[in-house]
Amino acid sequence: MSEMILNIKELHTHFFTDEGEIPAVDGVSLHVNKGEVVGIVGESGCGKSVTSLSIMQLVPDPPGKIVSGDIYFKKENLVKVKNKRMKEIRGNEIAMIFQEPMTSLNPLFTIGNQLREAIRIHKKISKKLAHQKSIELLKIVGLPRAEEVMAEYPHQLSGGMRQRVMIAMAMSCEPELLIADEPTTALDVTIQAQILELMQKLNEEKNTAILLITHDLGVVAEMCDRVIVMYAGQVVEQGTVRDVLKDPQHPYTKGLIRSLPKLDEKNQALYSISGTVPRPKMGRVGCRFAPRCEFAFKKCFEQNPSLYSFQNERRSRCFLHDQLEGDAFKNGKATIGS
Amino acid sequence: MAKPLLEVSGLKKHFTITGGVFSRKIGSVQAVNDLSFTVMEGEILGIVGESGCGKSTTGKAILRLIEPTAGKITFEDHDITDISDEEMRKLRRDMQIIFQDPYASLNPRHTVEKIISEPLLIHSELSAEKRKERVHELLEVVGLSAYHASRYPHQFSGGQRQRIGIARALANNPKLIICDEPVSALDVSVQSQILNLMSRLRDEFNLTYIFIAHDLSVVKHISDRVGVMYLGNMVELTNKDTLYEKPKHPYTQALLSAVPSLDPDVKKDRIILQGDVPNPASPPSGCVFHTRCPKAMDICKQIKPDFLEAEDHHFVACHLYD
Repeated sequence: MSEMILNIKELHTHFFTDEGEIPAVDGVSLHVNKGEVVGIVGESGCGKSVTSLSIMQLVPDPPGKIVSGDIYFKKENLVKVKNKRMKEIRGNEIAMIFQEPMTSLNPLFTIGNQLREAIRIHKKISKKLAHQKSIELLKIVGLPRAEEVMAEYPHQLSGGMRQRVMIAMAMSCEPELLIADEPTTALDVTIQAQILELMQKLNEEKNTAILLITHDLGVVAEMCDRVIVMYAGQVVEQGTVRDVLKDPQHPYTKGLIRSLPKLDEKNQALYSISGTVPRPKMGRVGCRFAPRCEFAFKKCFEQNPSLYSFQNERRSRCFLHDQLEGDAFKNGKATIGS
Repeated sequence: MAKPLLEVSGLKKHFTITGGVFSRKIGSVQAVNDLSFTVMEGEILGIVGESGCGKSTTGKAILRLIEPTAGKITFEDHDITDISDEEMRKLRRDMQIIFQDPYASLNPRHTVEKIISEPLLIHSELSAEKRKERVHELLEVVGLSAYHASRYPHQFSGGQRQRIGIARALANNPKLIICDEPVSALDVSVQSQILNLMSRLRDEFNLTYIFIAHDLSVVKHISDRVGVMYLGNMVELTNKDTLYEKPKHPYTQALLSAVPSLDPDVKKDRIILQGDVPNPASPPSGCVFHTRCPKAMDICKQIKPDFLEAEDHHFVACHLYD
């Protein structure tokens, strides 16, 4: 059994707005092992980004607040940890890269300036040494003309190059956990392939665990060992990538996979999940997915399903797995497969 | 045999860069460079490419929403390159466009009814009552309800807004619809709803689409033929099965290999392209792709390859197939 590096237990992050309390993350539990790549997938508004911000203690407060739950990073509970200690962890032990590399770099400072700063905050080394280390890092992430790039400003770089700089910065202190929030969404496919290859290399060489947040199931299949599917603030399914993508259990995951057009498939009408993602709201009763689910029955609208566990660390939040409803599940499975 | 609905030959669009005290011309961005293709009646032509390759500019230049710098566009045997704005305006009744961003393309101050009935007001002579009827009919066609007509755009989700955009484009029974990234702002589960709607409408109203997108799987799903663009040039064009199974151009091959597969057991031989797309204001000499091409030869640096038919209906611009 490998060692857990991150363990989130029953996390509730709510936003307190004029329209009332919004449970963006509603009881999420997940873990990441040492050196593992875990993906969180879901559509917009499912709470995947808020989960990652909660880990870093970066949820804007107000209006957001971690209402309850624990986030263990190794032995420490990040929810309870002091601000000063959190500053040490952030960037040093857990690093994060964001979707939009333009807005995460300061346009007024050179790349070198920003890289040196990031290194010197966490390591007590001279400016000169930091400069050398920065150039080394830029070379590791595969930036051509590393020395020249050090003196350039973010606007002079392309999107792919900026994302490489962000990764260099994130890797500068050799963190044990890297949180990547949609790192390739703003990039073209050929550039995305470059960045994914780079992240894979870092994972293999430095044994950095990666929590990859994305909406693209293809990226998950490519990168991750395990995947967590979120819907409306909850985890609806989790398991190894192969299990989840080849044999999805939850109706939402099934629908999501079937509604993707695939390159190696002949033309047919696409499957589509009717309706849209509901807005999170307090005191919702019943399965979040029930209104859009083709297998929903009475119980789905009246009670909250729990996460049912199977072998091989698989979980699925659906009443169809309930022993009592076993027959319904079998029937359901027969129709989905066809 | 279907007849051509739209013929584009030698289409060019260069944007001028000005600078200095007197805003003199100091250069130009060659957004679209010598593009030629034909769209048959009733077909869906997909155009794919990465950002900045000129695919949206092509779409807008065909409708003359931006004036092409050079080239000839023929729509239903009418040369539309040199006709007056007034005549063009009348022709747009048959040529419509759906935009990418369903949040920016609908006027937030107008009700849905006003948005959809505006093209009717301009192009048809329907009475107010008939227009209202038509709006309700259109809403039903795109999967919304008649009672949605009195609402405002902000009351709808992204997918529903895109449906409103489609209803507006359909209002005058057009022949050609240019779809500029119609699903890229939408979530997966909503994207498939819109794609299905668009396929259904094509069959129902015998429409012709030019479907512009960056997502290769989406384009494959919906199109009959697919063209691949790189840096303002069309590099390959053929029917979709040939293109996705036997791509000829090295760029198409790299592009297809870069798409992540959903099956974790499939390990692809990925061609990872080095570097970035060059600046379109100073494109490389010869073949525009030679700076990143894994198969580049000496001739590629000097002579720009012509866009030729290498096999039946399979056009490619590459010296490998000369």
